[in-house]
Amino acid sequence: MKNEALNQAARPCVFTRLSRVAPYIATAAITALGMMFLASVPAKAAGNVELKHAEWSFDAPFGTFDRSQLRRGYKVYKEVCAACHSMNLVNFRNLAQEGGPEFSEAQVKALAAEYEIEDGPDEYGDMFMRAREPKDPMPAPFANENAARASNGGAYPPDFSVIVKARSGGADYIYSLLTGYEEPPQGFPMSPGMNYNAYFGGHQIAMANPLFDEIVEYEDGTPMTVDQYARDVAAFLTWASEPKLEARHQMGFQVMVFLAVLAGLLYFAGRKLWADKH
Amino acid sequence: MSHEITYTPSNAFTRWLDERLPIMGLAHHMLEYPTPRNLNYWWTFGGILTFCLLTQIVTGIILVMHYTPHVDLAFNSVEHIMRDVNYGWLIRYVHANGASMFFLAVYIHMFRGLYYGSYKAPREVLWILGVIIYLLMMAAAFMGYVLPWGQMSFWGATVITNLFGAIPLVGDAIREWLWGGFAVGNPTLQRFFSLHYLIPFIILGVVVLHIWALHVPGNNNPLGISVKDEQDTVSFHPYMTVKDALGLTVFLLLFAYFVFYNPNVLGHADNYIEADPLQTPPHIVPEWYLLPFYAILRAITFDIGPIDSKLGGVIAMFGSIAILFVLPWLDTSKVRSARFRPLFRQFFFLFVVVCLGLGWAGGQSPDRTIFTSSEVIGTYESAGEADAAIAEAVSQTDATADMFKKHDVIEDGVYGVEVERVDYAFDVASLSLVLTILYFAYFLILLPLLGLIEKTKPLPESISKAVLAEKDA
Repeated sequence: MKNEALNQAARPCVFTRLSRVAPYIATAAITALGMMFLASVPAKAAGNVELKHAEWSFDAPFGTFDRSQLRRGYKVYKEVCAACHSMNLVNFRNLAQEGGPEFSEAQVKALAAEYEIEDGPDEYGDMFMRAREPKDPMPAPFANENAARASNGGAYPPDFSVIVKARSGGADYIYSLLTGYEEPPQGFPMSPGMNYNAYFGGHQIAMANPLFDEIVEYEDGTPMTVDQYARDVAAFLTWASEPKLEARHQMGFQVMVFLAVLAGLLYFAGRKLWADKH
Repeated sequence: MSHEITYTPSNAFTRWLDERLPIMGLAHHMLEYPTPRNLNYWWTFGGILTFCLLTQIVTGIILVMHYTPHVDLAFNSVEHIMRDVNYGWLIRYVHANGASMFFLAVYIHMFRGLYYGSYKAPREVLWILGVIIYLLMMAAAFMGYVLPWGQMSFWGATVITNLFGAIPLVGDAIREWLWGGFAVGNPTLQRFFSLHYLIPFIILGVVVLHIWALHVPGNNNPLGISVKDEQDTVSFHPYMTVKDALGLTVFLLLFAYFVFYNPNVLGHADNYIEADPLQTPPHIVPEWYLLPFYAILRAITFDIGPIDSKLGGVIAMFGSIAILFVLPWLDTSKVRSARFRPLFRQFFFLFVVVCLGLGWAGGQSPDRTIFTSSEVIGTYESAGEADAAIAEAVSQTDATADMFKKHDVIEDGVYGVEVERVDYAFDVASLSLVLTILYFAYFLILLPLLGLIEKTKPLPESISKAVLAEKDA
């Protein structure tokens, strides 16, 4: 049974009438704003202090890592941080991978060969030491947690493999912490062996200030300041935590464009289809 | 209205198959299924949810190929997926954010049902099956969050399993039985893994029943009136499939934003720290989608007769979900859609605000003050001096020691301890209690009462007439 009035109606339907889509647009806008709010709340350290924010090359939707910054950051990690902090999930081969510091295969081989690792058992059943290869993990400074605590006044220097994801504020937190060593305020009750840091929860951190100007030699003319070291190592640790970040950003763009075009096609297909139904 | 299956097999093979298994007829019914012509975009979330469930199952099956459910290996196996498995980062981020998107969609789907009265006769069974799916989803999500074996995994599991310890007499036994030991440990992780794999398939089964229970009475619609004849409906395909596809695509844009540009914002940073049974995180919070229930759990801070506060919280929390099962009989109004219920409509939006408020409260520390009437009595050089000042104030006035709060303050490089006398404080725990009472009042007092006193607007004669009238206007 056909209803002529209905079929002639050929009236713009849900797809075109703004008043009908308004609630969805409003909801989408509220959701988007809510999410942005979630994402943009200034990151606070545990002590409820607002963190310093640095401009990171990898932050934006198209953001990538700065290769030379990652290489400098690795140097800071290797010469300063690695004395206490392990990086058990990062292998030397990762340093050559696309989207990272992108050292050459030969450079990575040489970097790895600076350290030894226990291997075996050999054909006689004995363990032996050999030079590290790209497939091997970065060397850990301590044999186990107890050894680490014994050497650090009871404190345990955390592993750095995912440290940027494991701290709210991420790279900003690392950067703030490393540049946040100050004289304690007058009268502040410091525990023995602790150091005052403006950004650490409770302001007392077992780690002594690790960075000083010119402590690491940069060969590319980048200023050798605490601030620069802190930025570089924070960028390097971000890569270590998210080694696939560049691939993710790149695929994200393709997916977004695909979905937007698909949504447009579906919108017009739907509009044509429903034209005689409403 | 029930829809007759009008499929006639067109060739020898389909005739042969149809006599043995009328599956082609079923597929034909699914495509031809008459849907009200006035469905709006809130109705696309059923399809979106089906997509979410299948996405979770597919990505989950792949993750299991690389994940190791053992306390010593689980954390690193997840990172192995992120680093060494081809597109492992994509699969894991889709799965982790997929849980959030699943809940976002299910909440919109449920609020849509509440607004348009989709739970009322003849769709009570459809609604109840939906609540069962929701419960199963919460169980699956909770157990899934335990699997990466981070700090929040471990401590979340500890808090939630401890809830069962509040049950009188058998609580401790149930808790040990859940743990498979005397604390959350490897047996707990392995059984949660097993159940996390099982539950989605149970959900899939209940979804089939949910869709079946939908296809018997047919869809509700924004007007809330029943379909009368063919003019009121369009066939599901292509009309609704195109609409659902557009809704899904827009939803996927949001999904993709999280996966590709902000994959960890909905989780907690502490879950990237490997579980440590000896170190309790400062704030143990569940994932955002469970926060309203967490707020209700913590809202009961006092004993009610023989029920202690802990058990009271557990009862309130489970009660807040259980009440959804009897919702169809609590709402006494014959009119379904809020469009014709002016009073109900306002209270519905208030109810949404209450739920969002509970969600906010669940994420805050319970002793965080919202507003307070207090007076700073002084700033002292050390905690010891502050304590002395408090002791003096207690001895001289009728204030008690627990009314005083100490804060560290640093001003111009000088450290001090500020002492504040709090005369009255409205904190998050109090807010949670108020919102919890409002939550239950909506179901237990408001809905039964509104149906009796509300003057509803006149209902249109039919869906097609209403559509035409809107066109003429």
